[in-house]
Amino acid sequence: MLRNQEQILSKIANNDGHGENSAFFDGWKAYDSDPYHPTQNPNGVIQMGLAENQLSMDLVEEWVRNNPQASICTPEGASRFKDIAIYQDYHGLPEFRIAVARFMEKVRGNRVRFDPDRIVMSGGATGTQETLAFCLADPGDALLVPTPYYPGNDRDLTWRTGIELIPVVCDSSNDFKMTRDALETAYNKAQETNTKVKGLLLNNPSNPLGTVLDRETLSMAINFINDKNIHLICDEIYSATVFDEPGFISIAEILQESPDTNPELIHIVYSLSKDLGFPGFRVGILYSYNDAVVTCARKMSSFGLVSTQTQLLVASMLSDEEFMEKFLAESTARLCARRGTLRQGLAQMGVGILKGSAGLYCWMDLRRLLKAATFEAEMELWRVIVNDVRINVSPGASFHCSEPGWFRVCFANMDDETMRVALGRISKLVMQSNKNSESRKPCRRRSKLEISLSFRRLDEIMMSPHSPMTSPLVRART
Amino acid sequence: MTISKKAACNSHGQDSSYFLGWEEYEKNPFHESTNPNGIIQMGLAENQLSFDLLESWLAANPDAASFKRDGQSIFRELALFQDYHGLPIFKNALAQFMAEIRGNKVRFDPNNLVLTAGATSANETLIFCLADPGDAFLLPTPYYPGFDRDLKWRTGVEIVPIQCTSRNGFRITSPAVEEAYKLAQKRNLKVKGVLITNPSNPLGITLSRKELNLLLNFVEKKGIHLISDEIYSGTVFDSAEFVSIMELLPNRNNPQLMNRVHVVYSLSKDLGLPGFRVGSIYSNDRLVVAGATKMSSFGLISSQTQYLLSAILSDQVFAKKYVVENRMRLRNRHTVLVSGLRRVGISCLESNAGLFCWVDMRHLLSSDSLEAEMELWKKVVYDVGLNISPGSSCHCAEHGWFRVCFANMTEDTLDLAIRRIKSFVDSISPIKHCRNSRSKSISKWVSRLSFHDRECDR
Repeated sequence: MLRNQEQILSKIANNDGHGENSAFFDGWKAYDSDPYHPTQNPNGVIQMGLAENQLSMDLVEEWVRNNPQASICTPEGASRFKDIAIYQDYHGLPEFRIAVARFMEKVRGNRVRFDPDRIVMSGGATGTQETLAFCLADPGDALLVPTPYYPGNDRDLTWRTGIELIPVVCDSSNDFKMTRDALETAYNKAQETNTKVKGLLLNNPSNPLGTVLDRETLSMAINFINDKNIHLICDEIYSATVFDEPGFISIAEILQESPDTNPELIHIVYSLSKDLGFPGFRVGILYSYNDAVVTCARKMSSFGLVSTQTQLLVASMLSDEEFMEKFLAESTARLCARRGTLRQGLAQMGVGILKGSAGLYCWMDLRRLLKAATFEAEMELWRVIVNDVRINVSPGASFHCSEPGWFRVCFANMDDETMRVALGRISKLVMQSNKNSESRKPCRRRSKLEISLSFRRLDEIMMSPHSPMTSPLVRART
Repeated sequence: MTISKKAACNSHGQDSSYFLGWEEYEKNPFHESTNPNGIIQMGLAENQLSFDLLESWLAANPDAASFKRDGQSIFRELALFQDYHGLPIFKNALAQFMAEIRGNKVRFDPNNLVLTAGATSANETLIFCLADPGDAFLLPTPYYPGFDRDLKWRTGVEIVPIQCTSRNGFRITSPAVEEAYKLAQKRNLKVKGVLITNPSNPLGITLSRKELNLLLNFVEKKGIHLISDEIYSGTVFDSAEFVSIMELLPNRNNPQLMNRVHVVYSLSKDLGLPGFRVGSIYSNDRLVVAGATKMSSFGLISSQTQYLLSAILSDQVFAKKYVVENRMRLRNRHTVLVSGLRRVGISCLESNAGLFCWVDMRHLLSSDSLEAEMELWKKVVYDVGLNISPGSSCHCAEHGWFRVCFANMTEDTLDLAIRRIKSFVDSISPIKHCRNSRSKSISKWVSRLSFHDRECDR
């Protein structure tokens, strides 16, 4: 009976292209069924698998309270209710596009200009990625993507579009930097199978690495795509989470400096979900230097327009330049501090993270905790972390990492107290693992790790609260 | 080279006259004071008649408006809420509202609702779930021009028309359905289902029980799907006349059939909130719900909007009052347009729903052809200054029908539009004008003298 039922649905509906049948969802399920709460469920699973920016919500909340005119439903904003409610033009409110363009410029230190008429809306960056794939590639075509990469790319870019992703393999031997060799290898592999490569997708800052692409890599990438006459998609959704040197360089800047590059090949994916912490508002943006793509993507945006109620709120907030300056400075400072806490805490137990200056997560090196340098061992370790240590982190394999033993750990979706608890749990895991591996050969030591067996110091850090954040997080449940 | 076939082709349908009329309007939009000679937009099926009701609700309920619940700020919760299952309070309220519109003759389970960014997204998503590229769906004509984009463009699915004509008031018949199916087979297209719009756009009529049952018989026999786009369900002037496909299913006693009937809904027409992008899919098939829910990631409803609407719709007293008042205003406005047109000898398909009338201008065509229809349409847009939608853009099998919207303007503007039509009709047929200025009883007598006077047949 069930099989018959499945047959009357489409192939897409029946396949696994959405990616949710992967084993990694077990981590989410574990969290969903037993979520940590400091008082009500102190033994629950701590969510460190969700890249959300919750550290500066208080600033935004205060702004919303002080700016009732930004909502069409308050007395101050009500006069615009009707016009906003009926506005369904897929160009989007002009004030929205202008405010987004100006904000994107500000995040790039005003080193580039963005034309509001090239701003196209979509249903979150999820929608933007899919729309771009529909615009640039036909079923059977491919995009090159450096590994490790955001797992959602598989669903967003390939599920309904019928295209494929070809990995550009990066590894820890050079801190996961993308090389021209790796690009050429991936490109040639496609040629061998007669697969047409339509573009390269970069994620800058990188999820899951937490690093920014340097000028050299960006220039190399732009030369590569220009040579091959393929598109370059730059997902810059973490651009305002850069909290340290090296700073953020946008592909827009490189394009400006490369007059020989065909600008029609360059497209930027943006969103407010990470930089501002608004994933619920579904503000996805596509910025393309290609007129045909802008036109087509705009028509496709009908399938995922931003609610005009939200467009107005966002337009009001982003155009409050004074507030946005303050927000960006404070948000990046808080991210820097929180990451520092995590980095130091992990270093104390001899666990290293990839050096990085951006993102809401770090790329944690647990290779020496693996029973063997295999993905099976990584999965086994991951299950221990989820089920026994009670923390949901994301294993490198889910990001298509070529080396086992790396894990993405998010730090911006919790308060300081929860971070302390999480560090305590990780330290127990490491201690246990140290005991178990006493009989094993010592692992190659990485220069970045600060190996320390002084757990007393770790305890001191754990027991001295220093964060100004006191409000408990409210789970998004109604 | 560089862009995809989808980007390069025009399956988005944007080159159709439906959208071109909009473009002309954008260049020269009517405004009572600043541009009184501009083009009046009558090609946009929007419901602007009942905003005052929503505005006074908002004024009386400040908490919902300002991200507060019981005085506490829930901004943070909403900003972070991206669960594609949707806000439970919103789905509950929406399910209840949908039932209310159907006189509570149907119950909707919120767990079977999938939220999408507008019905545009809901329809596309359903097709992605039910059909593969190269498959087909049967649609009765005339149909909403946007379906060419929504159902076909990115999905690669085909539409095969079920031809309906004025001979029987554009009702769907069994022979027409069978013929469409055969046509699909001839074209080597696998038919995966039928999609109906009930109430119909552009006809403005509710489908009869007879039509709904023949369609159910058909999809039951063929083992295929039935999608019922019911986005105009709240615009039926007399609620007793609306029969939702969901009402008829229990009597069939066929659980498999039940799983193959899906409803699309939206708040863009009934509540007049197209900017907020609120659509939904309702299905009893858990696989469809599961698949569509995952796909909704590409077009979720803003949590801010979900929250606002859950507050409005959960106020059941208000929701009931709104539905009743809104219907009445639409009915009255409909009467203004229909009688105004009748006075100048133009008749409309008798309708009981929608934000538009299906207007018969066949007698104003220079010949029974597409060219003549386009010629007339251009005159109406450029000379008369009204953007109306030609039947050909709706894939109508007959020439000379136009969809004219009436709910997206003030009554004054509607009166002006009718006056403009009158001037136009007067200018092209002085003899007809003489006849039409007399009373109805006299015109019947006159019709015996003239074989061109088709108005009296209605």
